[in-house]
Amino acid sequence: MSVAFQDSGRSALATVRHGLSLTPEFRKGLAGTLALAVVATIGKIIVPIAVQQTIDTGLKSGKPDISYISMAVLLCAAAVVITALCGYVMNVRLYKATEASLATLRVRGFRHVHDLSVLTQNSERRGALVSRVTNDIDQISNFMQWGGLMIIVAFGQLLVATALMFVYSWQLTLLVWVCFIPLMIALPRFQRWLSTAYTTVRERTGDMLAAVSESVVGAAVIRAYGSERRTSDRIDTAINANRSAQVRAQKIVGLVFPLTEIVAAAAIAGIVLLGVRLGISGDISAGKLVAFLFLVTLFVSPLQIATEVLNEAQNAVAGWRRVLGVLDTPPDVADPGAEGVTLPRGPISVTFEDVHFAYPGGAPVLHELSVSIPPRTRIAVVGETGSGKTTFAKLLTRLMDPVDGRVTVDGHDLRDVRFSSLRERIVMVPQDGFLFDGTLAENIRFGRPHATDEEISLAMTELGLADWLEGLPKGLATPVGQRGESLSAGERQLVALARAYLADPDLLLLDEATSAVDPATEVRLARALEGVTRGRTAISIAHRLSTAENADEVFVFDAGRLVQRGAHADLVEEPGVYAELHASWVSAAHS
Amino acid sequence: MATKVTSAVMRQGLRVLGVAIRTEKTVFAAAVISSGLYGGMTVASAWALGWATENAVLPAFAKGEIGAGALWISVLLLMGTALLKAIGVAGRRILAGVLQYRMQARSRRDVTKQYLRLPLAWHHQHPTGQLLSNASADAEAAWAPLAPLPMAVGVIVMLVTAAVAMVLTDPVLALVGFLIFPAIAVLNLVYQRRLSPLATHAQQLRAEVSEIAHESFDGALVVKTLGREDLETERFERRAHELRDANIAVGRVRGLFDPMLEALPTLGVLIVLMVGAVRLSGGSINSGELVQVAYLFTLLSFPIRALGWVLAELPRSVVGWQRVQAVLDATGSMDYGQTRVPGSAPAGLQVSGLSYAYGTAEVLHDVTFDVPAGRTVALVGPTGSGKSTLVQTLVRLVDPDKGEVRLDGVDLREIAYGGIADAVALVPQQTFLFDDSVRGNIALGLDFPDEDVWAALRLAQADGFVAKLPSALDTKVGERGTTLSGGQRQRIALARAVVRRPRLLILDDATSSVDPQVEAKILYGLRDLNAAAAGEQSEAATVVVVAYRMATIALADEVVYLDHGSVVDRGTHEELLDRCLGYRNLVTAYEREEAERAAIVADEEEEEVVA
Repeated sequence: MSVAFQDSGRSALATVRHGLSLTPEFRKGLAGTLALAVVATIGKIIVPIAVQQTIDTGLKSGKPDISYISMAVLLCAAAVVITALCGYVMNVRLYKATEASLATLRVRGFRHVHDLSVLTQNSERRGALVSRVTNDIDQISNFMQWGGLMIIVAFGQLLVATALMFVYSWQLTLLVWVCFIPLMIALPRFQRWLSTAYTTVRERTGDMLAAVSESVVGAAVIRAYGSERRTSDRIDTAINANRSAQVRAQKIVGLVFPLTEIVAAAAIAGIVLLGVRLGISGDISAGKLVAFLFLVTLFVSPLQIATEVLNEAQNAVAGWRRVLGVLDTPPDVADPGAEGVTLPRGPISVTFEDVHFAYPGGAPVLHELSVSIPPRTRIAVVGETGSGKTTFAKLLTRLMDPVDGRVTVDGHDLRDVRFSSLRERIVMVPQDGFLFDGTLAENIRFGRPHATDEEISLAMTELGLADWLEGLPKGLATPVGQRGESLSAGERQLVALARAYLADPDLLLLDEATSAVDPATEVRLARALEGVTRGRTAISIAHRLSTAENADEVFVFDAGRLVQRGAHADLVEEPGVYAELHASWVSAAHS
Repeated sequence: MATKVTSAVMRQGLRVLGVAIRTEKTVFAAAVISSGLYGGMTVASAWALGWATENAVLPAFAKGEIGAGALWISVLLLMGTALLKAIGVAGRRILAGVLQYRMQARSRRDVTKQYLRLPLAWHHQHPTGQLLSNASADAEAAWAPLAPLPMAVGVIVMLVTAAVAMVLTDPVLALVGFLIFPAIAVLNLVYQRRLSPLATHAQQLRAEVSEIAHESFDGALVVKTLGREDLETERFERRAHELRDANIAVGRVRGLFDPMLEALPTLGVLIVLMVGAVRLSGGSINSGELVQVAYLFTLLSFPIRALGWVLAELPRSVVGWQRVQAVLDATGSMDYGQTRVPGSAPAGLQVSGLSYAYGTAEVLHDVTFDVPAGRTVALVGPTGSGKSTLVQTLVRLVDPDKGEVRLDGVDLREIAYGGIADAVALVPQQTFLFDDSVRGNIALGLDFPDEDVWAALRLAQADGFVAKLPSALDTKVGERGTTLSGGQRQRIALARAVVRRPRLLILDDATSSVDPQVEAKILYGLRDLNAAAAGEQSEAATVVVVAYRMATIALADEVVYLDHGSVVDRGTHEELLDRCLGYRNLVTAYEREEAERAAIVADEEEEEVVA
């Protein structure tokens, strides 16, 4: 399943323009910052001017004119200090503006990703989404603070140098440009080489990190199967491939970089050769000629860093595209917001009216589902993997919208209900009890942010989990580790259940929420839940049919259709899917 | 944070550099020679320019005629020095890269070899994230100063040559240089010292921002179903704003020092012009020499910063190096004996007096049981009773603190390296697949004919979906098998164990993600295989299976019931049902539940009737 982002084929310029329109903080005061950058750039031609003035005026008479030279040097020194100050102010303004605007963009992107259903449908692409609000934005900021600035400075430098050269001698200016133009034409090609080489490095680095992680994450399996040698060889291959790619990229940089020096030397030699001839015919003074030699050095650094700047520019535009791709994708499940319906508290009824669902471009996974759930009923949903149970749950909690038909709660179309109201009243406990890195209390409190410790303890007692909690060394203050990994899968599910229960919903939906808990605990928990959900609507998707036996009604799904419904006692008697499921469950679970 | 550049850190940092220099002597020597060439030629190019000014340019202007000889010598000198300098630069850059990347790769190989060598108990004591960053970020940081190191050495060559050249030209002008260049070097060092902690802080925050995004997106289902998007956005925003402020702090320092570092050499040139003019009027130097010194200042002002780069990287390098070294110095390797356990008949397993503790918390206490060859034993116990830890001692992933595990009478610790893996196959609770093909994941480097692999897949009920994969056995499963579902991964892992025809097969709740119907087929398959083998008196396997499910337990000849790390009882399923209360409660939970409900319903009905 691909992520359908609006990664449009916008041109680089349009991308950047659109990006800038989303970051008003950056545009504010941009003109002032640019003006300062121009002044700072002018500082670069002070030395050549000073050299020219010293040689041509100060040394003209054969005897140095000390007072003139002092004057010139002092003026130039003052100019140096002023341009340095402008440089400082420009830098600070640039950093403030870029960081402020990109932080805003980062937060907007983050929020927007949460509004997209891709997160709940597609687990393997999450890493890529994270990089859209981290690395991609960093790339933009790198470019704005270095590459982008360098483009301005380099252009400015070439421009003022050329202007001054032109004032001194148009012939020599032409000569210098003739020397550098072939290099400038070749630069985009160098940049392509470099970009390809860097792409390879990134890919190899990814492979290398993946291979290295096998030695850590797969430690048990590697030892159990004695495949240390084989794993080691695989890792070494990946590490060496990464190294080779890095060296290859470095070779390109190493060979391209000094080319500019050779071109500059050719230009200098040319200036000397042509300059003396011009000098003899009186077209240029000695000072101006020497100043040219200094001015040529101003061409070197912009061209030396040009390939890297171009590369960064390319990355930044790609970064913009990816960030904008997220922001431009409309949330497929939109919050009606203030205009939406706020549901009153109380037991909830649910109706599915002719509901169809299919993932974009995929086969239908749910066909013409019409069913109603009266308030205060306890429903069990059963079926094999892929029968449509989880789709049913996601539609009911509005993690996605039906392709056709509608789902209503208390008579209101789900699409008209405000998210804040919906999430307060309908809560699902997913199978994977995901926990955040923090304490047990913090995780349970996620269900109701202002709950006190007493309320949490009370909830645990009501769920019959007080004993388990007391058995933990630090009780509610026990840290759960990253993704809750310090707890067992079963314990994570207990915490997830407590978290949902504390949220105090009117409809509780359990999606195989106790699948990893041992049978004795599961039975205890099921009883406790029965007590606490009395008076609420409760739906459980169950893999253990014991749950179904206790429900008011059982929904049986098969191949995307609701094929049977009714009380357990009636369904077992009827020949059909349920009877088969039940028979295999009985043979598996009973002695 | 160890980012302060103290003299102790400096010394350690230089020692780390020393290690690299000793390891890659040739590359380092070549890099230094290239860089020296670059340094020398930089000074020489200024001298060539001065020479050309004095001998070709100025005389031409003075006399009004061109001295062809001097002119062509100038061109030759200018081009020659530039060419040699370019060769030096190319060599320096490429060799510095080779040096740095080789050392990084070396550290990474050493660290991962150590990960593979160290016992699993060591892995348990170190968080996954830390181990991964030891092999990636730390290995990189440790050798980061190698990139600017050859240049820094070249700069020293450059400075010495320049100093000599300037002193020879004019001691007074040289004095200006002796003031300005150390000032640039010191200013840059101050700059890097101020910048380094701020940059590290920003880097740290960048990692934290990314971590929050990772966690929040991973927990999206929870965030969304509880409607906590705003809360999460606030959490992310707080850290994003800290990052913004940290980056601005970096920007302030950069903004302050960068223009100063540009202005300083420019001021230096102006001073040279001023002082030079005075010296010129005194006749101590000529105009060419003045141009030469001024040009030298222009050329030297940038490379001199390389010294600061190396010094600035040292603290980070020392921290990275220490972390890498801590892994390399870790001891506690598993020792292997010499004994082989050959044969293909089912192996017997004996566990006696076995205890194991994670730190001070004892999770297994005096566990004793045996599994006769060819029999199937189920390990049953509530969550947290120590089953998975026990399984780890059975295949010697960890050694028990007390007691022993014997395979066909041989203590596991006496078996030669690889001997256990040849005889025993474990299917762990948490499936792990390599980023490899289905075949590669099953064979793990051994050579099995395709029909054996398919037979194993058939037994694991995986032949159906594998046949439908785009390239069947040769389909890549992606990093950690992400292209497959949990149940599919478990079945591949099962096939991996079965294809080896192990003499002892250990299943640790290995079918938990598989549909009950499919699980039943797998279990029947295993039983039939063993039954058939028993009939033919040929290769069956001894099986140890961890389970809660009745269907699985039903396969076992005997049950070992574990609670709180001790064997509470053992016997046949029927015997335990009869006499072991804990066991009965656990395995009959659903039935009792049903019975009680039936009773309640009956009561209620009765009451209704009475009413």
